[in-house]
Amino acid sequence: MSLPILSRRALIRTGALGGGLLLSGCDKLYRQPAFHDLLASGENLHRVSQRALGGQALAREFAASEVSPQFRANGSREGAGADYKRHLAQGFANWALQVDGLVERPLAIPLAALKSLPQRIQITRHDCVEGWSAIGQWQGPLLGQVLDVARVRPEARYVVFHCADIYGGAPYYESIDMIDAHHPQTILAWAMNGRPLEEAHGAPIRLRVERQLGYKHAKFVNRIEVRQTLAGVYGGKGGYWEDRSGYAWYAGI
Amino acid sequence: MSTPEAAAVGGDLVKRHRLSTRLWHWLNAVTLLVMLMSGLMIFNAHPRLYWGEYGANFDHAWLEIGHHGPHGYLRIGTLTLPTTGVLGIWTDAQGRTDVHAFPGWATLPTAYSLADGRVWHLAFAWVLALGLLCYLLWSLANGHLRRDIHITRAEWRPTHIWHDVKEHARLRFPTGAAALRYNVLQKLAYAAVLFLLLPLMILTGLAMSPGTDAWAPLATEVFGGRQSARSVHFLCAWALVGFFAVHIAMVLLAGPINEVRAMITGRYRVPPGPPEPLESIGESAP
Repeated sequence: MSLPILSRRALIRTGALGGGLLLSGCDKLYRQPAFHDLLASGENLHRVSQRALGGQALAREFAASEVSPQFRANGSREGAGADYKRHLAQGFANWALQVDGLVERPLAIPLAALKSLPQRIQITRHDCVEGWSAIGQWQGPLLGQVLDVARVRPEARYVVFHCADIYGGAPYYESIDMIDAHHPQTILAWAMNGRPLEEAHGAPIRLRVERQLGYKHAKFVNRIEVRQTLAGVYGGKGGYWEDRSGYAWYAGI
Repeated sequence: MSTPEAAAVGGDLVKRHRLSTRLWHWLNAVTLLVMLMSGLMIFNAHPRLYWGEYGANFDHAWLEIGHHGPHGYLRIGTLTLPTTGVLGIWTDAQGRTDVHAFPGWATLPTAYSLADGRVWHLAFAWVLALGLLCYLLWSLANGHLRRDIHITRAEWRPTHIWHDVKEHARLRFPTGAAALRYNVLQKLAYAAVLFLLLPLMILTGLAMSPGTDAWAPLATEVFGGRQSARSVHFLCAWALVGFFAVHIAMVLLAGPINEVRAMITGRYRVPPGPPEPLESIGESAP
């Protein structure tokens, strides 16, 4: 009898068609701005609830024995441009971090000066948005301290990190708000696992903002800009991945 | 008018599921489908699972989906299964070859986008968590948990459970008034979903959040680390898929129209029992 086989085939075909319609329906729904924005507004819920429950809680720190044998370098593995290559060749001896925007006192801080500020050393887990994790030790001055030296103006709300790497044809950048900027684990790391940062990990400095996912931890930072709004900086969404692919600006989850 | 439960006999149309149960059932059905498919998209971003706190490409993965040339594979421990066409390498609706772990028909969105998968997943996570919380509190208050899910001491007896297992294996389902009560296997399955699998999904999901890990480190530590939590999250998702498969099979076997109607309108036609033997009718006749 061929009837049951036919009907089973028809059943599978109907199921596949139904599934396909459902899927394309979901994709179509997602392209509706109102629906997309509703789903994406979950980000505000995450930020508000995490901040309410977490306050200024510290990210977990680990023992030296728990450090990953090999720390995966992700995103750009090298800085871009002749200036960067020259600084890299000179061991960043003539390089300086620019701090500007809404500050009373714009700064150009040489790497040696960053190293001479009080240092924080922390062994933390780096959680990539893709799902993998690596544990490493980071050392550098508190971002909050650097901002205090520059004297942030009262209307400032965001800190934007301009980076020396070009990823997929566009310059990398990231941003955080003042709460994370003044978190006691937010540092400008110039050393990783006891050695100066390698190029693949973002030499000369990489932001560590420990309670957020990896893409917030900007590498190759060479300018810090304090701002009142994120509008007007590249795509206006506060970061390379936020602009390019619609990743959440608040990446604590 | 519907018949009171205790007096129900085969053929009666009775009230079966409360409005709260029906609402939550369908909301949860949609939510779990979205969570599964967007979750598979998120898995596609890094199709490897580890135990412990950390785990990335240089570390040992206990599960991996990938491809060697044109051959897709699923590796679990030392066991490697060929999965060409389904996992690791497959062809999309336009006939293009794709090498992501789970195929487009199983993911949300269809085309690879970790960012969009996360938007779906993390928005519906709120629906899942708040929906479960409301349903459990409501069911505690209205007695649903005590009356229908609570497993009595008599039901915990191995002989009773074994009897139910045999009845299920023979596809012999209760009839008459007995069909209106959950049997012990049903209670176990529903209790496992309500009190074990869904809470575990939520807890392991939160355990993966670096923000939550700062203020509730225990959520991550109880699982032995973030990567372990991710592995448990994945395993519990498939346990829920397993529950779904058995659930659908039982609905089909028990009479899909009646069962689905009961979950939509709340009304259920009591299944009639087999015709009683003549002598027993004679005996009980007045």
